[in-house]
Amino acid sequence: MGDWMTVTDPESKTLPQYTSETKMSPSSLYSQQVLCSSIPLSKNVHSYFSAFCTEENIEQSISYLDQELTTFGFPSLYEESKGKETKRELNIVAVLNCMNELLVLQRKNLLAQENVETQNLKLGSDMDHLQNCYAKLKVQKLQNIIASRATQYNHDMKRKEREYNKLKERLHQLVMNKKDKKIAMEVLNYVGRADGKRGSWRTGKTEARNEDEMYKILLNDYEYRQKQILMENAELKKVLQQMKKEMISLLSPQKQKPRERADDSTGTVISDVEEDAGELSRESIWDLSCETVREQLTNSIRKQWRILKSHVEKLDNQVSKVHLEGFNDEDVISRQDHEQETEKLELEIQQCKEMIKTQQQLLQQQLATACDDDTTSLLRDCYLLEEKERLKEEWSLFKEQKKNFEKERRSFTEAAIRLGLERKAFEEERASWLKQQFLNMTTFDHQNSENVKLFSAFSGSSDRDTPTLHSRSRQKKPHGVPSGSPVCTSKLTKSLPASPSTSDFCQTRSCASEHSSSINVLNITPEETKPNQVGRECTNQKWSMSSRPGSQEGCYSGCSLAYTSSHVEKDDLP
Amino acid sequence: MNFSEVFKLSSLLCKFSPDGKYLASCVQYRLVVRDANTLQILQLYTCLDQIQHLEWSADSLFILCALYKRGLVQVWSLEQPEWHCKIDEGSAGLVASSWSPDGRHILNTTEFHLRITVWSLCTKSVSYIKYPKACQQGITFTRDGRYLALAERRDCRDYVSIFVCSDWQLLRHFDTDTQDLAGIEWAPNGCVLAVWDSCLEYKVLLYSLDGRLLSAFCAYEWSLGIKSVAWSPSSQFLAIGSYDGKVRILNHVTWKMITEFEHPATVNNPKIVVYKEAEKSPPLGHLAFPPPRAATGPLTSSESKYEIASMPVSLQTLKPATDRANPRIGVGALAFSPDNYFLATRNDSVPNAVWIWDIRKLRLLAVLEQLCTVRAFQWGPQQPRLAICTGGSKVYLWSPAGCVSVQVPGEGDFQVLSLCWHPSGDSLALLSKDHFCLCFLEMEKGVRMAFGQRGDCT
Repeated sequence: MGDWMTVTDPESKTLPQYTSETKMSPSSLYSQQVLCSSIPLSKNVHSYFSAFCTEENIEQSISYLDQELTTFGFPSLYEESKGKETKRELNIVAVLNCMNELLVLQRKNLLAQENVETQNLKLGSDMDHLQNCYAKLKVQKLQNIIASRATQYNHDMKRKEREYNKLKERLHQLVMNKKDKKIAMEVLNYVGRADGKRGSWRTGKTEARNEDEMYKILLNDYEYRQKQILMENAELKKVLQQMKKEMISLLSPQKQKPRERADDSTGTVISDVEEDAGELSRESIWDLSCETVREQLTNSIRKQWRILKSHVEKLDNQVSKVHLEGFNDEDVISRQDHEQETEKLELEIQQCKEMIKTQQQLLQQQLATACDDDTTSLLRDCYLLEEKERLKEEWSLFKEQKKNFEKERRSFTEAAIRLGLERKAFEEERASWLKQQFLNMTTFDHQNSENVKLFSAFSGSSDRDTPTLHSRSRQKKPHGVPSGSPVCTSKLTKSLPASPSTSDFCQTRSCASEHSSSINVLNITPEETKPNQVGRECTNQKWSMSSRPGSQEGCYSGCSLAYTSSHVEKDDLP
Repeated sequence: MNFSEVFKLSSLLCKFSPDGKYLASCVQYRLVVRDANTLQILQLYTCLDQIQHLEWSADSLFILCALYKRGLVQVWSLEQPEWHCKIDEGSAGLVASSWSPDGRHILNTTEFHLRITVWSLCTKSVSYIKYPKACQQGITFTRDGRYLALAERRDCRDYVSIFVCSDWQLLRHFDTDTQDLAGIEWAPNGCVLAVWDSCLEYKVLLYSLDGRLLSAFCAYEWSLGIKSVAWSPSSQFLAIGSYDGKVRILNHVTWKMITEFEHPATVNNPKIVVYKEAEKSPPLGHLAFPPPRAATGPLTSSESKYEIASMPVSLQTLKPATDRANPRIGVGALAFSPDNYFLATRNDSVPNAVWIWDIRKLRLLAVLEQLCTVRAFQWGPQQPRLAICTGGSKVYLWSPAGCVSVQVPGEGDFQVLSLCWHPSGDSLALLSKDHFCLCFLEMEKGVRMAFGQRGDCT
């Protein structure tokens, strides 16, 4: 009995909520209710129940329910009382009837609620639609207003303009027809025309000439533009042609492959390509007519493009396939090989084992036949003999190797001797040559000087190295790094054991100063602005600059700013 | 970079002759012609009243001075100083005066745009053109000087007349499909005429020289439309700046839009360089306390330099007052560099910034954000060098290599309100309210300026 109340209670609370808060989605509320009506019956009943009705207050709760129900017009839950003293009995039939009625009511309510919700939704959408319509209408209305105002304004303007024109006419007549003597030009003497020609009378001829000239100008313009367009077209055609050629050359190696594939229809297309390639040789066609050539060109390019596209797609597919299956394939192959190999090996092993077994059997048989000590010693000797023989074999091998080595050694020594001989011969030759030279010389002094020169060519090489080092160090010096110069000098001192001559040092120094001056060029020094000879000297000319970081020229100024800071100290050096 | 002396000037009237030899400037009613190199005065002419407009003839032989208040035009010859010419428009009044490209005719527009009078310096003949339209840019000559296109208004409809300049004969006359034509401009090749409508309607019409409509372009409806239009020097592109803060570029083959340049208030692309002018505070060591009453040195205004801003950069934007006429929004100025490679624009709602676009790559290249509102900018005629002034005492130069801010030397503030390049691109005239000076940046010096100056090599 109390169960029912627990169900209706939350509902009575939520219903007003729902009606007041239309914005809440009705469906969720509904589901909530359904939950309330279904789940609590089984689970939460006890908590609810305990709150309302307990073992102790059954009587009170029944009487309360009775009261409540009677006030709502339900029949009383108690049986008709016979006497006031007797305790009233609970009428189960009445209770059940009441419950049934309440359930029916509840169902009705739910239905009604659903209807109301759908209606509400409908109304909401209708409202939106109407609002949109209204906005549109409003815009339309405003536009109409603007248009009507504009027409009205134009009309008024026209009226006013007409009036204004009348006034103008009137004024014109008044001002111009008065024979205004003031309107005049005073001129000392008329000047010649700029082109030096005399003015011509206006006749029909001049009119025709003007027309002619105008059309000439227009024609020229159109011709110019046509030329430009033709040029552009030619360029584009060239590009297309080149593209085509490149495509053909790209696609031709693929010719065989796609033909192998039965599923492709590219084979036929490629034959077209070949035809076109044949046509390409007759390039003069391109310049003749547009229409046909254009069609051909575009068609062939389209075809090739399609081929290229399909090809690229295929390649992509292949690549993806390889990516997916690449490792697998390799594995499979290797595994097969591996298995085969292992099988083979296993077979061999088995064979070997069998062999060993038979041998052992044979040996055992032998042992069985001669089981005396003699035989054992004999056997041992046998083993020793075997070993001896093996050693002998090895010994002979070793000897052979030794022989070989000695042979090689001999040949080497022979070669060395031969070389020595050759050297000797060469020296002799050289000596003879020198002698001849000596003999050819006229005076002894001359010869001497020659000698010196010859020597200097050899021995002076070390001296000559130093200047190259200098120059190299100068070249190597990084352009923006001032600290590079001291480093260079230190290197020089290291490379030349003797103390560097002062001139060397000066060189490096001048180098550094040169460098700094070249940087100075880039410095912005506003004081340097030389006044123009005509102009007045500008004393407080201030200007600043900034530049685009990306552009080349801008970089200069940016760099220069950076340099100024780093090279200020440099300038102070002697 | 060197600066000349400061000379007097009035009404910002200072112009180099087209051949680059002379420099004409006005001081009240006096016209001074100087040698552009030595700045020595060559001629001095005196007009009848304050000069309000100055213009060189195309052959650099004559100078036109318009005195609008008096309805007068005075013409001077450089070759014959004694020669004079005075044109009086009488009671009809005068609002505009200009040379024809041959340098022998003068086109005077009377008050209320009643008519345009074409005066000849060669003959007594006078021609009249009736019904000129009073608009932003109603007269345009082709660059070769053969044709004149003129916007007209008759019976509340817009027309364009094309005249042959050699004999002022009407070649074509056609009506344009515009509500209220605002401007016309020939393409530099002289074969296409761009016509645009007033800001109430976004519409650009392109006409051939023979009056055929080639194309029409409309980017959007309802809101304010075109604010500025510029042809590229190659006639290949037409850039259209509009009130929505975008520049749209049309091509010359299909006359369709190639690209749209937006001008976002925040730049967040590492490829774009944002040069931000930064004020250098004077070193504190120089400050004396109490400050000396009489400033001994010249009044040095604060120095400034460009800094490369790190991304993202948000630019200073104005909140436009949409309830007022001529709101400060949209692209109000745009100019192509002479080599077609760059486009400089100014979005009026970001008044301190100049945007430089790379036309070869069709993307934003650099943004220069100044401390003050950009007054004017102009490309150098030979190289892609952009000179900018902001009404302060500095002139700013941008080139693809970088940019510099240069203080104009002199006592007091020299507020650069306007500038104009010498035709050779070697020097630059800087104009303030009542002075002007020249800024020399010859090639070698320009290079030096960009690469750092040569120090003493001792």
